[in-house]
Order: sequence, then structure tokens, then C-alpha cells
Amino acid sequence: MRDNSELIHFIFGRLTWDAIPFHVPILVYTFIVVAILGIALLGTITWMGKWGYLWREWFTSVDHKKIGIMYMVLGIIMMLRGFSDAVMMRLQQAMAFGGSTGYLPPEHYDQIFTAHGVIMIFFVAMPMVVGLMNVVMPLQIGARDVAFPFLNNFSFWMTVAGAVLVMLSLFVGEFARTGWLAYPPLSGIAYSPDAGVDYYIWSLQIAGVGTLLSGVNMVVTIIKMRAPGMTLMKMPIFTWTALCTNVLIVAAFPVLTAVLVLLSLDRYVGTAFFTNDFGGNPMMYVNLIWIWGHPEVYILILPLFGVFSEVVSTFCGKKLFGYASMVYATVVITILSYLVWLHHFFTMGSGASVNSFFGITTMIISIPTGAKMFNWLFTMYRGRINFDVPMLWTMGFMFTFVIGGMTGVLLAVPPADFELHNSLFLVAHFHNVIIGGVLFGLFAGINYWFPKAIGFRLDAFWGKVSFWFWLSGFWFAFMPLYILGLMGVTRRLSHFDDPSLQIWFQIAAFGAGLIFLGILAFLMQIYVSIRNRASLRDHTGDIWGGRTLEWSTSSPPPDYNFAFTPLVHELDAWADMKQRGYQRPVQGFLPIHMPKNTGAGVILAFLAMACGFAMIWHIWWMAGASFVGLIGSAIVHTFNYHRDFHIPAEEVARIEDTRSRLLAQL
Amino acid sequence: MSTHATDAMNAPPAQGFYLTEEHHPENGTMLGFWIYLMSDCLLFAVLFAMYGVLGGNYAAGPGPKDLFELPTVLLNTSMLLLSSITYGFAMLEMARQRKGATLLWLAITGCFGVAFVSLELTEFAHFIHDGAGPQRSAFLSSFFAVVGCHGVHVTAGLLWLGTMMAQIQVKGFRPTIQRRMLCFNLFWHTLDIIWVALFTVVYMLGAGA
Repeated sequence: MRDNSELIHFIFGRLTWDAIPFHVPILVYTFIVVAILGIALLGTITWMGKWGYLWREWFTSVDHKKIGIMYMVLGIIMMLRGFSDAVMMRLQQAMAFGGSTGYLPPEHYDQIFTAHGVIMIFFVAMPMVVGLMNVVMPLQIGARDVAFPFLNNFSFWMTVAGAVLVMLSLFVGEFARTGWLAYPPLSGIAYSPDAGVDYYIWSLQIAGVGTLLSGVNMVVTIIKMRAPGMTLMKMPIFTWTALCTNVLIVAAFPVLTAVLVLLSLDRYVGTAFFTNDFGGNPMMYVNLIWIWGHPEVYILILPLFGVFSEVVSTFCGKKLFGYASMVYATVVITILSYLVWLHHFFTMGSGASVNSFFGITTMIISIPTGAKMFNWLFTMYRGRINFDVPMLWTMGFMFTFVIGGMTGVLLAVPPADFELHNSLFLVAHFHNVIIGGVLFGLFAGINYWFPKAIGFRLDAFWGKVSFWFWLSGFWFAFMPLYILGLMGVTRRLSHFDDPSLQIWFQIAAFGAGLIFLGILAFLMQIYVSIRNRASLRDHTGDIWGGRTLEWSTSSPPPDYNFAFTPLVHELDAWADMKQRGYQRPVQGFLPIHMPKNTGAGVILAFLAMACGFAMIWHIWWMAGASFVGLIGSAIVHTFNYHRDFHIPAEEVARIEDTRSRLLAQL
Repeated sequence: MSTHATDAMNAPPAQGFYLTEEHHPENGTMLGFWIYLMSDCLLFAVLFAMYGVLGGNYAAGPGPKDLFELPTVLLNTSMLLLSSITYGFAMLEMARQRKGATLLWLAITGCFGVAFVSLELTEFAHFIHDGAGPQRSAFLSSFFAVVGCHGVHVTAGLLWLGTMMAQIQVKGFRPTIQRRMLCFNLFWHTLDIIWVALFTVVYMLGAGA
């Protein structure tokens, strides 16, 4: 009998039936719904016989456009999960007053706010930002693909593997109850002995590898693969922001990797890095994770500043006001983002001089950001503004983000921060900049480049409905939190005693309801657009009258992006080409050298995920086997020297002739 | 080119708007690998910072003076530095396209690498046996982390070295393989530089302090 239990322990590690949350009705219902939807989806794909198509054309694709679209799909799916968490928190806080404890026990509530933060940052914002850069940036610089197409595919699947692990924690075991940055000693083995923090660590480690490699890939792409003539100061502004963001990724993510490794060592090996005893120092963790964490918020926002710049100039029919100052502002923000991390914990007790330094550097960031705001305003000034959906999101951003920026400067004052830190004021501030900046920017970008990536535009009516619900919902949901924070309400509470506060939480819950309608309208927008795709289709390739190179090719672009590599003479190359009477080449096509699809990325990422899962549950044999498999498969992959092929000239001619016919019919 | 004739009437730039032959951007592998190495250095920077902050926290346990044996570390250092020299010889032989000699020097490089890792593991085993394992104090945790991370890198390098030998054997000196050899060159020398910093900051300052 005893032998038997040892065998079971060997096979399954610490994974037992107790890890499956049968006793939590919410999770059981969620599981049933997810299972039904999942089976329905998989069944539909099987019934339509699309598995081969998906595998050949999408999962194994090294085409940056397809990988970018897959990133966006991942981000949208994970947004639904992250938003469900948000709604659950808003409902709990609106209900749990005085005698009522609400419907969520504290240990469940704590998992929800942790999962919400982790998912929204790592598996919604990051994939969508990386996805946008993937789709757009190579087109903007006139390249055929990124520098390392296989690595791009691998990076995507590593991100998926991380996301799958987070989703798995919902039904197998539990997620961390520590807050999204998992500060020790709470996240140490003494206070979080279960699998929650391990899910956190391994999902972020695996996704982090993908992000880091993607960062290297994009930097090299921008440095090495720009079309001839495109000097740095002729690069589209979105490409500039993408460059800065990826430099930040390369310089910040190793710190996250290292600090999570050290936390794992504390948890698995029993080292004393962040412990209270044996000389450990938990504040080292807090410092290091914010040395990654602060650049991370700029990693998220900078590309969206690029999106707003592209949208403003396109939808005002003018070139961007102050291009050079925009570039310098972006670079300055990139540098400054490394010099402010301590403002996340002024209360550490580092003394007045240190706090003043970090307070002042933080305030300085508002100068380049303010310069950007004025550049957008001056671009709009005397422009012929087209209030289409991307422009609405941009203007909504400008109204909303400025408020978030100002509360940020307020929090940068150390004495004020001593009062407001860890309060709902802070929660309102960062949602103000992340929703008002990153999310609005993503929606602007999706509406702007969807016709380029897919070939038809998104329905404008439902886009506007979505925008207005999101905008009003945001203000209703977060202004009450500013007020509550000023009154001293701290964050991460699942129950309140003072009934006079309840009305503010109810208003916030109402705001969350409006945002819910905004999300539904967004899904409706996609559905309606697919249904009406014939009438929304764009054959020109330049639906908005764009100014940068991505609009010079067809929508969606052919696999090879450009039949001939463009020669760039001016900033806003496509506007310049249109103005100077560019004629599309219709003959003389050559074979085009392209990378081949490969399944190696899917396999490697799957093995990494299996290894992570085994580490979480202490299934050592499986961890060892999958790790050896991972290294082995990677080595085998290096022996594959047949990684490219040529698209024959006749095929290029056929594709380009089709486009010529479509253009002639306009 | 008829398209060029049309362009001329609309006063376009003399060079035209597009290249008429296939564009071959410069290969970015070396730059990409260089950037990766820089990010790796940041990983070590974090571990050095940990050692800098926690390196004096002995928790009433053994300190560097009680543990470090500089002669062993010196031997270890020479193994690593010699392996870099022999790798340089392998690169020279590759430039002469001499397969056998290249493989021989790579094998010698591998032997020095294995000697380095073995000596390091012996040192670790010795510490752990004496009750100075990574759990003993924050000093030892950060010592094992920063030195161990370097050791893991060297081990990964040895795997890579073996793979390169197999590839040279099977595929010969293709451009791809020569590029990979160059990448490995960068990697191996970076590990040297990090080791010199480790030797100075951890061992010499520790044993001398």
C-alpha cells in the first residue's frame, strides 16, 4: 500500500484530485461553459475539415502578418478572461458591505485580482502590442518579413504556452494570491506553499522567453531590413516607437527572468534571497521587479503613441506636426523609463534624497509626453479631421490620458505618495493610463490596420457604439475609485465596513457594465464586418489615404509584401510616391526568396509548457523528460538547412496581375 | 523598362520608386546574437547586484575567507581562458577550410570546458559537504546563483560546441555554419569576460576582504 502511494506520488508529483476545484460552484460552472464552447469550437473545425488548413497556413506560418494576427486573436481571447475577472471584482466590491460578505471568499478574490493583473498585462496588452508591431512594422519599412521568421513563430507559441498555463490554473489547482508582482515574503514558500505562485512563475518565464526573443528579432529587423533610402529620420513614427519598445524589451526582460529564477530558487531549493531569515532581503525583489516593471509600462504605451501619431496625421490629412520632436520625445522616454523604478515604493524608507531623485525623474517624464500631446493637437489644428473610428479612439485617448498623466505626476510627489500609495487612487491612476492609453490605442490600431491585414474594413457603426460605451464606461468605473482613494480606501479589499462608501462602488460597477457593453459591441463589430465583408472590402490597398509604405501594397498584402522593394526618398514615403506620380510596376517580376513554414515552434513551445506544468506540480520525471526533449528538438531543428524557397516569377506576376485587374475596376 | 519612361514624365526621383532587382538586406544574425548577449549580461548584472547587496550576509555561517581556495579557482580560470585560445585556433583552421584540424581544436576546447565545469562542481560539492550549501545564508545563495549561472552557461556552451562539431562533420563549412561558429565565438568570449568579473568581485575581493 505504501509502495503504491509512493508510486502515485512519483508519477503525479503533488497533483491530486484535491487540486480540481469541485467544491467551488463558480469554477465548476465556468468549466462547464468553457468545455462546451471549446468542444463546440474544436468540433466545428473538425466538421469543416480545417485542421490541415490551420496547421499549414497559420500555426506553422512564419509570415509576420499571420503571426501578428494570431497574436491579436490571443490577446482578444485573453481580454475576455481578464475582463470577467474585473467584473467579478467590481460586483464583489459593490456587494460586500457591513453584514454582507459578497459572493467571493477572500482566497478566491485574491486569486482573481492577481490573475486579472497578470492576464491583462502579459497576455492581453503584450500580445496585442507585439501583434500590431508584427503586422505593421515590416510593411512600414518595406521588408518582406522580419529578420528571424522562425524565431517569430516560436516567440508566439511560447506566449501561447504561458497563457495556457494561466488558464489551466483556473481548473487545476489555483493561481497566486499575491498581487500581480508576487512580492515576497508573501510569495515565498512559507506563506504561499501551494501551486499558485508556481503557476505565476512558470507562465511568466515561458512567455517571457518569447517576448525577449521577439524583442531581439524586431530590433534587428528595424536596424537591418529597412528599404533602401529609409534613413532613421525617415522611418515612420510607429516604427520608431516599435524600435524603442523593443530596445526596452531586450533591456528589461532579462531582469524579470533573473528575479523570477531567484524567487523559484527560494521556493524550490530553499535559498535565502528574499526571505526574512538567513540574511535575505525581500526589498531586493521589489527593486528588481520594478526595474523590469517600470520599463514594461513604457513597452506597452510607446507603440500606441506611434499608433496615435499615424492615425492623427492620416485622419487630419496632414503630415505629423513635429516629427523630429516626436522621435526625440520617444527616445527620451525610453531612457527615462529606467530611472524611475523606485517611485513604486517610496515608502520603502530609502530616505529623502533618494525619493527626491526618483520623484523628480518621474515628473520629468511628463515633459516629453506633454510634447507628444501638443504635437498631436497641432497636427489636428487646421487639419481636415475625419471623425472615423480610429480618430475617435485617438481623441478619446487624448482626453482620458491627460487626466491619468496628471494624477501620475501627483503620485510622483513623495509626500503625496505616502498618503496615496496602495490606495484605490493608484488603481484609478494606472487604469486611467493603461485603458486610456494602451487599450484605446489598441482599438485605434485595430480599426486603422484591420483593412490592411484582412482586406475589408470594420463596420463603423458598431465601432462607434463600442467606442462610446468604452469611453463612458471607463469614466464611470474609475472616477469613483479616484474619490475613494483620496478618502483613504486601500486596494485589494474584498469587504468594507463603512456603508457610506458603497454608492461609489456601485457607480464603478455600473461603469464596468458599460465597458461590458463596449466589449460586446466590439465583438458585434467583428461579426457584422465579417458578415458584410463583401461591401466593406477594400481593393485600393489605401483605404484611408495613408502616408506610409504599408498602404502602397494590396490589402491584404501578398505573402511577399512588395513585388519590388520600395526606394525611399522622403519621410512619409507613400505620400511622397503618390504626390510624385508613382506608377505601380506591372512587369519584369523576379522570383522572390522566402522562408519556409515550420512546425518546430509549436513543438518546442509545447515541450516548454509541459516542462512548466511538471515543475509546478513537482512531477520531476516529466520535467526532466520534457526539458531534455526541448533541448533535443532545438538541436535537431538546427540540422534543418532547407528553410527557404523561391516564389516563382510567374506566381508573382499572376498575383500582381490580379491586383491590376481589381484596381482597373475601381 | 517602360514603367521608368512613364515615371520620367511625372518628375519622379531619378532612381525611381523601387528596386528593379531583388533586394538582399544584410544578414542580421550577428547583430541579433550580439543583442542577445547584451541581454544575457543584464541577467548577470542582476545576479551581481544580488551578490553585491547580500554578499556580506553570512547569517552566522561561513564567509568567503573560510571557503574560497584561490589556487583551485586560479586553475579553473586558466582552464576557461585556455579554452578560449584553443577556440581561436579552431576559428583559424576553419578559415583555412581544414576540417580535421578544426574538429581537433574544437575537441580540445571542449575538454578544457569540461575540466572547468568539473572543477566548479567539485568546489560546489565540497562546499555543500561542509554545510555551506546555497540554503545556509544569503551570501551563499547569491554566490551559488551568480557562479552557478555562469556554470550553466558554460555547460550550455559545451552542448552547443558538440552540436557544432556534429554539424561540421556532417555538413562541412557552409556559410550558415561559419556564422554559427562566429556566434559561438562571441558567446564563449563573453563567458570569459563574465568569469573575469566573477573571479575579481566574488573570489579575489572575497578572499582578500
